[in-house]
This record gives sequence, C-alpha cells and structure tokens, in this order.
Amino acid sequence: MAQHQVNYLKDGGLPVALTSIDKVVNWGRSNSLWALTYGLACCGIEMMASGASRYDFDRFGTIFRASPRQADVMIVAGTLTKKHAEFIRRLYDQMTEPKWVISMGSCANTGGMFNTYATVQGVDRVIPVDLYLPGCAPRPESLQYAVMMLQKKIRSEKAIKAQKPKRLM
Amino acid sequence: MRSYTPKDDVQKKSYYTDRYWVAPQVPKSDVSEDAVFAADHAELRAHFEILEAYIQRDQMVVYIHPKDNYAVLEFLRDHCGYTQLSELSAIDWIAQRGGFEVFYQMLSMTKRKRIRVKCFIGENEAINSVEKLFRSADWSEREMYDMFGIKVNNHPFLKRILMPDDWEGFPLRKTYPLQGDEFAAWYEVDRIFGKEARDIIGPEIRDAARVDRYDTERFARLGYEVPKGTPFDPNQPKTSLAYQEEGGVFLIEGFDEEKSTIISDRKR
Repeated sequence: MAQHQVNYLKDGGLPVALTSIDKVVNWGRSNSLWALTYGLACCGIEMMASGASRYDFDRFGTIFRASPRQADVMIVAGTLTKKHAEFIRRLYDQMTEPKWVISMGSCANTGGMFNTYATVQGVDRVIPVDLYLPGCAPRPESLQYAVMMLQKKIRSEKAIKAQKPKRLM
Repeated sequence: MRSYTPKDDVQKKSYYTDRYWVAPQVPKSDVSEDAVFAADHAELRAHFEILEAYIQRDQMVVYIHPKDNYAVLEFLRDHCGYTQLSELSAIDWIAQRGGFEVFYQMLSMTKRKRIRVKCFIGENEAINSVEKLFRSADWSEREMYDMFGIKVNNHPFLKRILMPDDWEGFPLRKTYPLQGDEFAAWYEVDRIFGKEARDIIGPEIRDAARVDRYDTERFARLGYEVPKGTPFDPNQPKTSLAYQEEGGVFLIEGFDEEKSTIISDRKR
C-alpha cells in the first residue's frame, strides 16, 4: 500500500478485527433488516415516512422489499381484518428463517379502536410477534426506536444454533 | 331502600337511556308543493301504483311495489330524466315490520332534483336487479346481499363483496352483534389453524379498558423496558432510552446523546 500512502499502523489501525462468530453473524443480521412492505392502514403512511429521506431507514440497513422471500422482518402496520388474516399468515410462512415481526400501532397490537366483528383483535392471534410498538399511529421516530430495539434483541440471540421456527401454537 | 342493581357489567351497557325519547321526524310536505316533482309524480302515477309519496328535505320519496322496481327505475331514467342511480341499499325493519326497505336514490342532472324510490320486501323475499339499467347497481346490490342477505334476482354475479365468501351471517342486520357472533369471533383461528386450535389460542380480548400492568412481556412503557418475565416493580426508575447495549456494539459506532445535534427548528 506504499503507492497509496496508506499506513495502516498509523491511520486507524490494521484492517483486522477479532471477534466471535456470534457477533459477526448478528452484526450482519441486525444491520440488514429487510422489511416486508406491509402497510395495512394509516400506520403504513408512517412506515413509508420512516423509509423516506427525512427519517431514512436506509442508514439502519432497513430496506423495504416487496417479496416475503427477501424479507427478514414483517412490520405489520395497520388494522388486520379477519378476511386478510389468512394472507398475513401465508406471507409470514413464506418468509425465510430467521424472521421477526414488529406489530406496529394499536390496531395491530390489540385491534385498537376497531372493536368490531371484522377486525382481528391483535395480530398475535395469527402470527408470533417479537415487538409490540404502541401508538396510534406511532411516529417514525418510534418505529426507528422499535427497529433499534429489534436490533438489540437480535444481537442478544445466539447466532449459530438450529433456528427453531417460532410457533404460535 | 334503593333496589340493588348489579354493577359488574356496567361498562358493557349503555350508560344512559332515555325512556321517553322519541326519534325526531323530518317534516314531510305534499308533492304538489314542488312543480317539478308534481309533474314527475303525475307521470309515475299514470303508469304505476304509487303507495305513498311526499317531499322530505327537498327530495321526493316515492313508495312503490317491489315487483315494479325495475320498471319504475327504467321509466324514471328514460322519461323523467333521472339518469343516475347514486345510491342503493336497504334498511333493516325486521323487528318492527318483518322485512327490509330497499331504497334507490336517483339524481337528475338536468332538473337538479333527487328522487328516492322505496319499496318494502319481506325478510325472505327477493328483489329484482336493476344492474341492466345502471352499472352502479352491480356492486351496490352485491353489498346489499353481503350486509343484509337480500337475494337479488337476475344479478350477473351475486356473491359477497366485502366479507369473505365463507362468512356466516349478515353484519348490517340489527340482530347481528357489533362484536360478532361465535363464528366471527373464531373466524381467523378456524380458518388458519383449525377448530382444535381454539383452546390454545384462546378467546378474543374485547375489553379495550383492560390494561394488565403486571404483564411485562408486552406493553412495557417507553423508558421502563424490562426483560420478559420480570416481576412488576411500582418504584422502577425511568431509564434513558437505550438504543444500544452498554459497552458498545461490534463494528457499530455507539450513539452518544451528548454528541448528537438536536434540531430545534423542525421545518429546517
């Protein structure tokens, strides 16, 4: 590297880091959380705002994907109707392990204000949820915080072990 | 001594009912008061049997026999200038009168008038489709079937439009409970996991006021996060928002609140 005038011993040290496999794998997983585009109601607008330039999800490595096969995290943003419940389950099943679910907003958490015959009273009746984000609707800052909490959770998990599929039942 | 009334289900009931409340009636006036409506009414009466007609809120309401509905709407469209069917639905009168009132809201752009055509059908009677006259009736009649269970004869594609195809019950009937019957309560569980999963997943929690502050797995407050299963502590101190673990994260620059700039001008 003499021709480029780079002295690794001086400028920031050698390009070597010693760590454990767990940390490397979890670093990769937690910093490339690709989210499934799944706006169901008004929370979806906040989710879109989080992805846009002002709040900028990309700096967390969170990129929205339109296919469940490319997604790691499902952000359930909005009211889940009973008609739609089987499709959220199907999309969840199509995501590859490891996968996580953020339940965003009151409607996804508990059914919220829609205490009616047509609304699922909390998505955790259908799919296992890792993180409940309260709010109606949560602001983009809250969603960022939720993603950072999820990153924290991922970092605390064992990376190298048989990924037991999460089961609701 | 005052008589005892149970208070345990007080949230489920309406907290105030006025026994002497009478629904206010919108004043009706005679058809002859409006020249345009009077002419339309005379034309209609020459061809069909009109049960009742009056003007309410500047709109003429016409009651007809349900068997005439197609012919009346066709007549109104072709001869009276009411070229638009802006709305179509039904009203549940099963408890009071044993049937439904089907209404068709018509609009004439040339006359700038609206006519409401109404007819009464029994609970199990069908009504003729007007989809051949107005394309807008297609989905409206499907919705009427979906919500009230009114069969529509000669409809090209009569199936549910909002609720799932395998839904049981008609949600807009007065007898349908707002929070759903048993079928509705278990619909998603039955559909996805099967009936045997009911015991595992459990019934829906419908009480919106139910907050379990001892449930630390779920709705921990921001700044009071605890690991799963931590016993409840009323004097738990507030922690600052911890974005990262203490001691830093591998390969990630730590977030330092002191070093960060807080933008005061939100419109910047």
